[in-house]
Amino acid sequence: MINAKLERREPSFYDVSERKGILAWILSTDHKRIGLLYLYSIMSFFIIGAILGLLMKLELLAPGKTIMEAKTYNGVFTLHGIIMIFLIVIPGLPAVFGNFMLPILIGAKDVAFPRLNLLSWYIYIFGAILAVASQFMSGGPPDTGWTFYAPYSFKTTTNMLPAVLGAFVLGFSSILTGLNFIVTIHRMRAPGMTWLKMPLFPWTLYGTAWIQLLATPVIGITLLMTVGERIFNIGFFDPALGGDPILYQHLFWIYSHPAVYVMILPAMGAISEILPTFAQKTIFGYKAIIISTLAIAFVGYFVWGHHMFTSGMSGVALYVFSILTFLVAIPSGVKVFNWISTIYKGSINLKTPFYWAVSFIFVFMIGGLTGLVLGALATDVHVHDTHFVVAHFHFIVFGGVGFAFMGAIHYWFPKMFGRMYEETWANVGWLIFFIGFLTLYLPMFYLGIAGMPRRYFDYLPQFHGGNIISSLGAIVMIMGLVIIITNLVRSAKFGNPVESDNPWNGKTLEWTVESPPSLENFEEIPIIDKGPYDYE
Amino acid sequence: MSNNEDKHHIVPFRTFIIVLAALLTFTFISIAVTNYELGAFTVLAAMLLATAKTILVLVYFMHLKFDVKIFGILITAVLALIGAVIFITLLDYIFR
Repeated sequence: MINAKLERREPSFYDVSERKGILAWILSTDHKRIGLLYLYSIMSFFIIGAILGLLMKLELLAPGKTIMEAKTYNGVFTLHGIIMIFLIVIPGLPAVFGNFMLPILIGAKDVAFPRLNLLSWYIYIFGAILAVASQFMSGGPPDTGWTFYAPYSFKTTTNMLPAVLGAFVLGFSSILTGLNFIVTIHRMRAPGMTWLKMPLFPWTLYGTAWIQLLATPVIGITLLMTVGERIFNIGFFDPALGGDPILYQHLFWIYSHPAVYVMILPAMGAISEILPTFAQKTIFGYKAIIISTLAIAFVGYFVWGHHMFTSGMSGVALYVFSILTFLVAIPSGVKVFNWISTIYKGSINLKTPFYWAVSFIFVFMIGGLTGLVLGALATDVHVHDTHFVVAHFHFIVFGGVGFAFMGAIHYWFPKMFGRMYEETWANVGWLIFFIGFLTLYLPMFYLGIAGMPRRYFDYLPQFHGGNIISSLGAIVMIMGLVIIITNLVRSAKFGNPVESDNPWNGKTLEWTVESPPSLENFEEIPIIDKGPYDYE
Repeated sequence: MSNNEDKHHIVPFRTFIIVLAALLTFTFISIAVTNYELGAFTVLAAMLLATAKTILVLVYFMHLKFDVKIFGILITAVLALIGAVIFITLLDYIFR
């Protein structure tokens, strides 16, 4: 990883380690190496999750059994959900780009607790092994879906315990990362970097970290209660034992809805970094974006009940949750308005990260607007548990987090690896992926409104056409993904060395350090005397 | 917190003993209250007693009272958040 064209002032962090080989990575407490460990782990799991998703779409290519039995399909969608949610999108941007970029963006040498940071990665891997191993133990893969809903989750004879324990362990990783980031942001900002001079990606990581810290224990306790119910017959959720199955849904979503914001807030932060750079313009409404970030994080705690509109909750709770859900649309809309205004009349530099960022806004808006259909009580009853929900969810989580992740990796790639990817292939990959994505998920809205339920391996003949289009979209999208990943992996090793430490003319601190950064990021800790997006 | 590095506040031993006695008293009350049929208020009583004990531990044993104000504000906000979540959950159970 030696930059051939630029003369380095300090050796790259890739070249500085007391240990050699794999030990230099798995025993390193350097935030950049840990960020890359997460990147490699998450990308590996993502490939598995994407293959499982493709298998599901192939099964749905025709009514009846196509390539797998119903029981296998149940196991596949459960594993797809567990991998994608718990192993990829929840840790996703905070673990990879938060770890790599946060200290650099705030002018620090590392996170506040480097050893705890490494421990978080080990816990993540341990939890991941537990969750994935549950698929291969005797008893069969869990078939509850990633939500582990009671009462089925304590009655099924499949391997629920290891899967639940895996999710429980993964929660600790999330909590420790959140704790680390909160302390880092509070205590380690460079001199002069007041709260209102901090870039927006760290701001979103800050909001995210509070959610990780406060909401994750709830799912931990809930999953332990499920274990207690299965092993000791304690009546938390089983009506036969005096429990309440809706209580499980409350507890599960008290965590899992804020978890959506754990996924999406850093994605919004990454987009807020990319757009001003490629519009060469100060971000529009810096303070409004910060306030909307905190507002989303805050209101996001109180909307979990919109996942439960058909569960049998009281009418009062239904109305309250519906109103609160609509409130979240306000700060989300503020952000979209700010992004559009940022690129309005900007000096647009049409590069790959920009394509990802604007397509993020497009798919996020479709996801957000279809969310209103689900937030409204009357319409939700009709489309609940249909493919409409699956489409909405994927537009937000995959369209939101996935597009932002891709945008972020193409944006920070030259900084992380000191090399540039093949831009033509990156753009071709983006275009194919984008077309495949829309072809895959848009028909699902129609299928859902027409009444096709989710989580079935079979369907009625009238849904065949929509499913064919959707499955073809999945194949196209995977083709795009193969191009993107191949290009990135190849370029990390053989790409042209960057010609400048600041190839995009960015203004935030990461563009002032070498590519790749040195071990301690900065030769001297910078003194900050202006805002992060100073293009005036 | 840099202010605190210079100032080491020493809590009198007597204060710790009083807090300990209060914690033990609350614990005994928690046990004693289970002898009475309070109906829907059983959980409320247990939660209030547990909250009182938590606040005592935070304020005295964890020195929140003597630390910079921001930590007190943050913890109060977190407790308010938990209260709000419980309140909203009860909107289901009370009106179901």
